[in-house]
Amino acid sequence: MKQSITATKVNDIKWAGVVKSLLSKLKVKTPKLEFKTVFKKFIIPIISILLFIGLWHMGAKALYNIEADYKIQKALTDQGQEAADAMEACILSGDISCQPNTLPSPDQVWDSFNTLIADHKKISADKLEFKEKTVAINEKRKAEGKDPITYTGRPSFVDQIFTSLETVFAGFLLALIIAVPIGIIIGLSETLRNSFNWLIQVFKPVSPVVWLLLVFMIVKTMTKDSNQDSAFIISFISVGLCSMWATLVNTAMGVSSVDKDYINVAKVLKLGPFQKVFKVILPSSLPLIFTGLRITLSVAWMVLIAIELLAQSPGLGSFVWEEFQNGANDSNSKIIVAMFIIGIIGFLLDRIMLVIQNMVSFNKNATA
Amino acid sequence: MAYLELNNVCKTYGQGIHSTEVLSDINLKIEEGEFVAIVGFTGSGKTTLVNLINGLLQPTSGEVLFKGSPVVDTSHERGVIFQNYSLLPWLSVSQNIAMAVKEAFPKESKKAIKERVAAYIEMVNLTPASNKRPKELSGGMRQRVAVARALAMNPEMIIMDEPLGALDALTRGNLQDEILKIWSKDQRTALLITNDVDEGIYMADRIIPLRPGPKATLGPEFKIDIERPRDKTALNDNPEYKKTRNAIIEYLMGIGEERKAVSQKTYELPDLSPKSFVA
Repeated sequence: MKQSITATKVNDIKWAGVVKSLLSKLKVKTPKLEFKTVFKKFIIPIISILLFIGLWHMGAKALYNIEADYKIQKALTDQGQEAADAMEACILSGDISCQPNTLPSPDQVWDSFNTLIADHKKISADKLEFKEKTVAINEKRKAEGKDPITYTGRPSFVDQIFTSLETVFAGFLLALIIAVPIGIIIGLSETLRNSFNWLIQVFKPVSPVVWLLLVFMIVKTMTKDSNQDSAFIISFISVGLCSMWATLVNTAMGVSSVDKDYINVAKVLKLGPFQKVFKVILPSSLPLIFTGLRITLSVAWMVLIAIELLAQSPGLGSFVWEEFQNGANDSNSKIIVAMFIIGIIGFLLDRIMLVIQNMVSFNKNATA
Repeated sequence: MAYLELNNVCKTYGQGIHSTEVLSDINLKIEEGEFVAIVGFTGSGKTTLVNLINGLLQPTSGEVLFKGSPVVDTSHERGVIFQNYSLLPWLSVSQNIAMAVKEAFPKESKKAIKERVAAYIEMVNLTPASNKRPKELSGGMRQRVAVARALAMNPEMIIMDEPLGALDALTRGNLQDEILKIWSKDQRTALLITNDVDEGIYMADRIIPLRPGPKATLGPEFKIDIERPRDKTALNDNPEYKKTRNAIIEYLMGIGEERKAVSQKTYELPDLSPKSFVA
């Protein structure tokens, strides 16, 4: 009996020890969240977002009132008191036909966002249904050697986002393929750098719109025979041409300013020219090349909207433009939704590039 | 014929009125298997001299002869240990060394290269750190990597440009011993550039002071007739050591005084602090 008691005691002590060590481990794993850091990292950003929405709401409300007053006043001067009263009642009732057209308030934008999502669900359901319906027909057509029937309905907002992303990645890849090799070659030779510098300096500040027109001139002629859609080609080439300059300049700078010590090492080890470029110069200029690529990606995303808008290429840009032309009562709030989506995607793209940059470069201190 | 020979070597940077003659009329002869130290003030053109010998720079006039033929380019026969380590920061310790080995022995198999790299990492006691990047190492460890890299190429002559300048006294002492051990094993010719007279006396057979630049030139040589292996603590009581040390320091101080007497200018120093290599 006594023995069993001591045994349990020992067990207890053992368990207590295990629990204690576990607790201490947990303590190490979860560093104390001090109030100050919580305040700095979470509460202040949340407050700033709320403040932003509040100011936006108040501003939108003020603009709404100005627009409403103007409408009533106009009705009064044009058609008299009766019409003015009718207009006031109409506005107060929230009837769609007479709502003032101005900056939408946050809740309107949120409603539009939900509408767009619902719209997307409906369209994708339609698409699925269409696909199921046409499976049999398409197989038959394939057997007969004809093109399959594809869904040609209106793209949803989410589809537009993906189209835009495709365009921007195609443009970004084009910029990468053009700018990095040229940047390396220019960076390696001072003569080439001096002779091409003026070209870069002249073309760098050219507006996206002009690039688009230039590309349009060329691509229009080149794709004359083919019946494929040239809008996508035009827009991604323009995006690439607009955005490649940052990478070009940064690559050339990175390659030309490699630490002299590394060059000396390459000389003392007697590396061949090929190895010198790939084993010493490129790795050491990777941080700068990636800084350039990050700028390129953000510029690409920024000019994409303007280019899509002008090239009539499907995507977020044409979505914004169509909504602006549309002039429906919720068009303005849809434009604001697109604005936020564009901003958030741009931010995410930049973060992704930062992560890749930190992965490939030896310089682990790269920050935003 | 000496192993390495410098005849009336001058080096001028720049052209016309902007030119500065850094080194002038350098004459130096090093025999095979010798360990020579060149001691000089900072900024006296020591690194320029090293670069002339290893082939990174060409003399403006005069000639640098290595085994009788002029030095026109860098060569695997002359291994260099740079002042600031010059390790490639994106490669690990073993990759840094492997890069040199692959260049020096292009015909060796992958396995032989790997073994050679491992052997030299072992030699400088860095086996546990072989997969670390230079950034993760201390100054002493980095310098040992640089030593291993230079030696792994199996050079006939090893040129050290203030290899231990940035290290603390203790690490410095250890590395001096390690370098000496390696040198004595197969008696390679060695040239050490340093600003530390004691280091020179401890390590070298001959010490040659470099008179400060511009127009730096070599002073009279001092032979160190102390038997190897030398013992650092016993060295302090060695009369030969004391005599040589005093002679060299007096000589260098004399030049310093001379230089002071020539120039009365005071310079306003910029507010700069040295770059940290540890961070």
